[in-house]
Amino acid sequence: MNVVVCVKQIPDPAAPAALDPGTHNLVRSGKLILDDSDAYGVEMALQLADAAGGGEVTLVSMAPNGETSGLRTALAMGAAKAILVSDDSLAGSDALSTAKVLAAAIRRAEPDLVIAATESTDGYTGTTPVQVAELLGLPSVTFAKKVEVDGQTVKVERQTEAGYDEVTSPLPAVVTVTAGVVEPRYPSFKGIMAAKSKPVDTLTAADLGLDGSQVGAGGARQQIISVVEAEARSAGEVVVDEGDAHERVIQFLEQLKIL
Amino acid sequence: MSIETIWVLAEVADGKPITTSLELITQARSLAGTVEAVAWGPGTADVAGTLGEHGVTTVHDVGDIGDALPGVPVASAVAAAVAAGKGPDAILFPATYDGRDIAGRLSAKLDRPVLTNVVGLSADDGGLVSQHAIFGGTQVVTARFTGEGPGIFVVRAKSFAAEPSGGAAAAVVPLAVDDTGATNTAVVVARHVEERSGPKLDEADVVVSGGRGLGEKDSYAMIEELAGLLKGAPGASRAIVDAGWVPYAYQVGQTGKTVKPTVYLACGISGATQHLVGMKNAKNIIAINKDQDAPIFTVADLGIVGDVHKVVPKLIEALKARG
Repeated sequence: MNVVVCVKQIPDPAAPAALDPGTHNLVRSGKLILDDSDAYGVEMALQLADAAGGGEVTLVSMAPNGETSGLRTALAMGAAKAILVSDDSLAGSDALSTAKVLAAAIRRAEPDLVIAATESTDGYTGTTPVQVAELLGLPSVTFAKKVEVDGQTVKVERQTEAGYDEVTSPLPAVVTVTAGVVEPRYPSFKGIMAAKSKPVDTLTAADLGLDGSQVGAGGARQQIISVVEAEARSAGEVVVDEGDAHERVIQFLEQLKIL
Repeated sequence: MSIETIWVLAEVADGKPITTSLELITQARSLAGTVEAVAWGPGTADVAGTLGEHGVTTVHDVGDIGDALPGVPVASAVAAAVAAGKGPDAILFPATYDGRDIAGRLSAKLDRPVLTNVVGLSADDGGLVSQHAIFGGTQVVTARFTGEGPGIFVVRAKSFAAEPSGGAAAAVVPLAVDDTGATNTAVVVARHVEERSGPKLDEADVVVSGGRGLGEKDSYAMIEELAGLLKGAPGASRAIVDAGWVPYAYQVGQTGKTVKPTVYLACGISGATQHLVGMKNAKNIIAINKDQDAPIFTVADLGIVGDVHKVVPKLIEALKARG
């Protein structure tokens, strides 16, 4: 079974994030890393391919400047190869444009199953995988907390407001996984070494038959009008517990008439 | 483009429209002359009264979708209406599991982008503009759509207050599902409800949440006990939901519930951006954490630097002693 995992390479979430004052795009000039949320999808794909008795896991990603450092992390975990779409014309792409790029790249890999995270850590639009499914004409099951493949059927436990639903779908399909669906492995030293020579196919938007009116800032049909500082919530009183801090909590709750 | 008609996705749970849908309908009243709803399921006629009370004149009823997931059939029905020139100027979706699925499908079907994580909506220059909290709510972005076609907005819970306007029951008209091809082949084979007692997490006056600082799954019992004593609801950070200590329904944050209680008590939660987004609008925040540099203290009205395993049991004991 061949599985495609959509992965995003993002600025390190531990570093302060910023918007470019001119374009209002997220600044992505620094080193990019594999989005933590995507490690779950990569692990899930590796386990499913294994359970199916073979097949390849292919990564599909869109990133500026031919960035591959995040892809190497996922390749080191065990993915076989990657398709990277990198093109200056893609800067400023909205979620739908991104979905068009990813869908065109995924089509090349002809997967049995496409896995993505429910949302990225940096942009968290959370609609891209479903947009990809629609563009590919595939069914989708989102918010999976458990995924199994049985022959030509994928079985998913999908989170709901009330609990979870058991959902089945014929393959090929798009499944989005929540963090915690599986425990991602750490890349081994051998894996890291092997990842250096694994193939990364770098494509432009034009290679995929997409032009500037469909993707990037030229294809975006939403614009940011302004960015302002939010009203900051200030820190209040801080008490270091010396065995009686619970009394201060009780007092505080009394003031609020909770008690 | 002036805003004449707004459609709001009216999601129904337990026989009632969900609160977030009513919040969106209330806000839509102030933005457009006509507010209509889109609903699905066997009981749309039963919610027409509540929707009408909040200002909806017409409910477009997709009808019973059986065991299908709503994403494809509902989006296909709305897309067909738009293609036939019967669509609205904007469509508002609650940021729920199904709301996001339907909005994503609709966006691709109409070839219109979608604006998500909306926390504010206003009319500006004849069009709609949306506000989005970014970087953990430290900055607010204002955005709008350009080009032709309806604006698709996915709005977070509790962005507005739901208020009835006293309207008559809405008229229910059918909205036909278009051809969905292979996309509508996923089926729900079983539904599981995870029971919980006490007030609902997103409606409780007091929320007591636990995080990784609890150390182990068994320690979550004291969070539930404390929540019970305060007549509140227990919540959780993403870290311990991911670790499998508590069900996802307990999660507060970006990917979980947005809560605005009178008091939010964060126990052993460091305050990652992902969590702060879901609770920083609580009226009062109390944080207990042993790391004095934890980000949660930057938003706490009362911060206790201490071990949750010591402070929380004493708190429980003191509350029990009060009877």
